[in-house]
Amino acid sequence: MTPRTKQIVGFVAFAAFVVVVAVFPAFVSDFRAREWAYVGIYVIALLGLNVLTGYTGQISLGHGAFMAIGGYTTAILMAGNEQFGGPIGGGMKDLWTLPIAGLVAFLAGLAFGLPALRLSGLYLALATFAVAVALPSTARRFEEWTGGGNGIHLSNLPELTGSIENVDVLGWSLTPNRWLYYLSWSIALVAYVVAWLILRGRTGRAFRAVRDSETAAVSSGVSLARYKTLAFGISAAYAGVAGGLFVLATTSVSPDVFPVTLSIFLLVGIVIGGLGGLSGLVFGAIVIAFLPLWAQGEDLGSLLPDRIVEESRKPGGSAIIFGVVLILLMFVLPNGVAGIFRRVGQAIGRRRFSRSE
Amino acid sequence: VVVASVTDFVQQAVSGIASGGIYAALALALVIIHRSTGVINFAQGEMATLSAYIAWTLTFNHGWEYWPAAATALALSFVGGIALHRTIIRPVERGSVLRVVVVTIGLLVAINGFVLWQWGGEPKFLESPFGNGTIEVGGIIVTDQEVGTICTTIGIVLLLWLLFRFTKLGLAMRAAAVNPDEARLVGVRVTWMLALGWGLAAALGAVAGLLTAPTVLLEPTMMQPVLIYAFAAAVLGGIDSPVGAVVGGLLVGLILSMLSYLSQYSAFSWFNEELKLPAALLVILVVLLVRPSGLFGKPEVKRV
Repeated sequence: MTPRTKQIVGFVAFAAFVVVVAVFPAFVSDFRAREWAYVGIYVIALLGLNVLTGYTGQISLGHGAFMAIGGYTTAILMAGNEQFGGPIGGGMKDLWTLPIAGLVAFLAGLAFGLPALRLSGLYLALATFAVAVALPSTARRFEEWTGGGNGIHLSNLPELTGSIENVDVLGWSLTPNRWLYYLSWSIALVAYVVAWLILRGRTGRAFRAVRDSETAAVSSGVSLARYKTLAFGISAAYAGVAGGLFVLATTSVSPDVFPVTLSIFLLVGIVIGGLGGLSGLVFGAIVIAFLPLWAQGEDLGSLLPDRIVEESRKPGGSAIIFGVVLILLMFVLPNGVAGIFRRVGQAIGRRRFSRSE
Repeated sequence: VVVASVTDFVQQAVSGIASGGIYAALALALVIIHRSTGVINFAQGEMATLSAYIAWTLTFNHGWEYWPAAATALALSFVGGIALHRTIIRPVERGSVLRVVVVTIGLLVAINGFVLWQWGGEPKFLESPFGNGTIEVGGIIVTDQEVGTICTTIGIVLLLWLLFRFTKLGLAMRAAAVNPDEARLVGVRVTWMLALGWGLAAALGAVAGLLTAPTVLLEPTMMQPVLIYAFAAAVLGGIDSPVGAVVGGLLVGLILSMLSYLSQYSAFSWFNEELKLPAALLVILVVLLVRPSGLFGKPEVKRV
């Protein structure tokens, strides 16, 4: 395939994907639409993590913390924190808080990216893991900003779109769940295009150069400091927007909304997705949104023996399955599921090539 | 008033050193594994929790005495650590960092789930082997548990030093960690030495778990904060230095207890228990920024 036809194929595939996303809610129940809204939110966060881990090769086990920063920004701007003695009055409409959530997380990402410059590999994983573990107690400590352990509740605020009644968009009346679905997926698709625009040019090349060899990148005039911090910032901005949406979906924020497991899940999503294109990321997002439910035997219940389903429903059962599946995945598919797609794609491509000869 | 605050200070320092001893034990486990296999084991804390639960089951459900139960838990942890290395770590340890991280994270999630599944989430009480009494020395009151913890830490450090310094096995383990290829050439069974390192680390973690359980209640997430303090200790001391891990552990314990001691004064009143974890995180970040190799580590030189 020439680059030109490749580009056209890519564009058509993306357009087809947009159509699938748009008509999908017609085929699922209202309740399922809400679950799929979470998939869209995870896609946004994974797009960001992909910039960091996939493109510059830096591992973050603390992306839930950046989501938390975005989530708290959204909640504080909407509900304010005067009731806890904080300085913010609130009253902002939910949609307008999302860009600000992204911006605040972007700045936090830049700030964390600076010390992270000195770290690589396992050490960065370690430091970001500590961030994820320390975040909930930090949020509890600064009660006048965050509402402490109880957090901030948004469910009955006028600022929250679709909290009570259906939402009218361009003459369509959407249920709150479908509204959430379309909101998160519209943002996810825009976020994908933005990431594609950023990564296809000079910046993307610099990111990849940093990943493949820092020494070689520096020798060719790529500023490590600039691009590694920038990658952290962009990545955190995506997480921030995702965190803001997450809070709109859960309608409340508290230290427990963003536990360490969320950060772990995000890294898992990116690993399963295989650090690849959109298809891999969507698959990763589906897995982290539904695996906890599958592991409890919700959907697969009829396929498994009753005894196993019963045991797996006990607390902790789903975590055992999840952990074991994760370890097995690393053995069977070291490059993630997208790695399979790529290998199959390459195999087909090769065959075509040899035939046309 | 001055005298009272001095004894208070010393008392806080002693309890800081006691918790520091626990952090040191877990940090030693992390360091031994990192030295030998270059892996940071995120599941180290959960493995320790599991060991503590095993000891609890043996004493509470099966009526064992404390010491045989603790010894059995240690032995099982040792064997379990070796088995983990042979089965799931060895295949991935030479691969990409991401794979190793995800495998130990998977282990963390699975063990945590197993503990919750087997024993439930409600807190359990594991007795202290050192009794619940106190000792008074010159007006300073120290609990038996603190004295026992400090003595145990000293004992561990001594045993490890003897092992690595004076035995052939210790020498082989060091050789396998420092230069596996040449060690193999002179007949050291390198993969077994690395597995032994994992076993040793698991046993050390078990000690940390058994020492932690009486001070807090036994819960599935009991060791998660301790793991972060141990990470901070290992980074502070230099992640490849066993001496550093011990010194780092004691320092982290001291720093945290001093911060809570100082929080009674207005200049430090902003500090409370919730800030202990962020303080450990700060230690990690500052050390990595100012002196990435830690207090006792050697700077890493990368060849192109």
